[in-house]
Amino acid sequence: MEAFLSSLVSIAFHGVAYGMILYVISVGLSVTMGLMGFVNLAHGVFAMAGGYILTAGLSRFGLSFPVALTLAFFLVAAGSVVLERLLYSRLYGVDELEQVLFTIGLIFIAVAVAQIIFGTLQQPVVLPDYVKGQFPLLGRDFPAYRVFLIAFSTVMIAALWFGVERTRWGAMVRAAVDNRAMAQSIGINTRRLFTLTFALGSGLAGLGGALGAEIIAIQPTYPFEHLVYFLIVVSIGGLGSLRGPFLAALLIGITDTACKYWVPHFGAFFIYVATIGLLLWRPAGLFGRRV
Amino acid sequence: MMQAVGYGADPRIRWTEWLPWLAAVAVFFLLPEYLSLGARILVFILFALSLDLVLGYAGVITLGHSAFFGLGAYVAGILAAKFGITDPLLLLAAAALAAGVLGIATGAVILRTHGLTQLMLTLAIAAVCLEIANKATPITGGADGLSGIKIDPIFGAFRFDMFGRTAYVYCLITLFCGWWLVRRIIYSPFGATLTGIRENEVRMHAIGVPVYRRLVIAYTVSAMIAGVAGALLTQTNQFVGLNVLGFEPSGELLVMLVLGGAGRLYGAFVGPLVYMIAQDQLAKQFPEYWYLGIGLILVLVVMFARGGILGITDGLIARFRRPA
Repeated sequence: MEAFLSSLVSIAFHGVAYGMILYVISVGLSVTMGLMGFVNLAHGVFAMAGGYILTAGLSRFGLSFPVALTLAFFLVAAGSVVLERLLYSRLYGVDELEQVLFTIGLIFIAVAVAQIIFGTLQQPVVLPDYVKGQFPLLGRDFPAYRVFLIAFSTVMIAALWFGVERTRWGAMVRAAVDNRAMAQSIGINTRRLFTLTFALGSGLAGLGGALGAEIIAIQPTYPFEHLVYFLIVVSIGGLGSLRGPFLAALLIGITDTACKYWVPHFGAFFIYVATIGLLLWRPAGLFGRRV
Repeated sequence: MMQAVGYGADPRIRWTEWLPWLAAVAVFFLLPEYLSLGARILVFILFALSLDLVLGYAGVITLGHSAFFGLGAYVAGILAAKFGITDPLLLLAAAALAAGVLGIATGAVILRTHGLTQLMLTLAIAAVCLEIANKATPITGGADGLSGIKIDPIFGAFRFDMFGRTAYVYCLITLFCGWWLVRRIIYSPFGATLTGIRENEVRMHAIGVPVYRRLVIAYTVSAMIAGVAGALLTQTNQFVGLNVLGFEPSGELLVMLVLGGAGRLYGAFVGPLVYMIAQDQLAKQFPEYWYLGIGLILVLVVMFARGGILGITDGLIARFRRPA
């Protein structure tokens, strides 16, 4: 019984840490899909880029951990603005198929570029000493880095929610998600709004990829392998919503960790089957608008 | 301008449509050392043809078509290796049946949804299939793949030889049957409603077309063809690996079809041909640059050449004819 309880606590803890990372990576996807209806399968590329910036920054350039994290956010955000202005913006409002093909193409390019620069091996994460070791809490020891992950992500998410719910920019984003034509006609520059939101979402993905580099291994096939998970978070959570994907990410993080712990033989099987079941029950996701 | 293909166009087979088959027969006699690559290309043409029917004509975006291809491949492989059923045509029929059952079951579900949900469901179904094949090691061989597949001579007379001559002819004849079926569908009133659904689903509802039922039928037929293609691959390779399932083969197939030109019968022929010959020549020397190339081609096709290779050719022909 004692052992069972202890495993339960451990699963909840690791599951929450994993779920937080999934959320930080995927939330941008939910907002951009909700805002422009753009099917961006290449979102994982931004997360991978953030991971590479962090690992390379720490091991090759000897940057400090906070600097590398900040760089991961800002470099990815800046890069995504360039991509958005040059390429994505040409495909707003065209066929879904073309968006899918275009973003799959981006994935192929990113995988190849990552292989050419960093090789096919998994990148080692050299964490600084102050986030290593164990963190005692309520008579148990938790890995300090995961505690840091959860705390940091919580602050980030709180800031994000405050921004979307309480600021003028957030109100404009929500208005544009609700009804883009109406938002445009009352004078909101939705294109600029979208570029900004896209940059923020991609930057967050980069940050999530960097933070989670220890949990989700950074390797060239990253955008392919984890695409399904990011999409599951968004489609179960519901497009254009902030809370939905949060709950979905936590749910998936905990379920996935529990499955890997108790029934490793089934792998991700349960997650996929549960996703199919959930989407059949509520095609627009748990918190999505019915279209 | 789209080429006038479909209901209303002349359904008779034009003389130019015999040329690919003549070329395929010529390859058999002139390039005997390339027959095994040739058989592989024929298999993927059949697979691409099945995707063209649902994606190119009916406009259903699927990222999980490899589920049917992989199921067909595994059904043929498992029946041959574990149950001693080695008649090639029987295996093709079994693969078509299994893929058809999966097609109608999943199609009935996913075709009720739209957009991201639909995309996600096709992806999740393919992922479930991959996961099962990966974990059910005693039956499927898991990550090591399934070997020990023995196939009888076709009609008891034509043995699968090591030069791939039988395999090539076998694939060519099967592809011909698949092509004939798909062509019949596309030129029929049924095919016309599929194109109509792709172009404007609401209007098809309005004029009384049972949209959902038409889509499920098309999806099931397409799944069966993909299953046959998978079984063909198993029989010619006498091996099944995990690489027939999952997102990556679906993605690659999509690239082939789009490269050739989706929504055109012969796009499914040109795409795999160009893609696989290029892969055979380039991918082994420069694996990283191969993926870079595919990605760039996809982006360029989407940005500048939405009809693929055949679309470009049509445009050139039209430009050439206009001044005359």
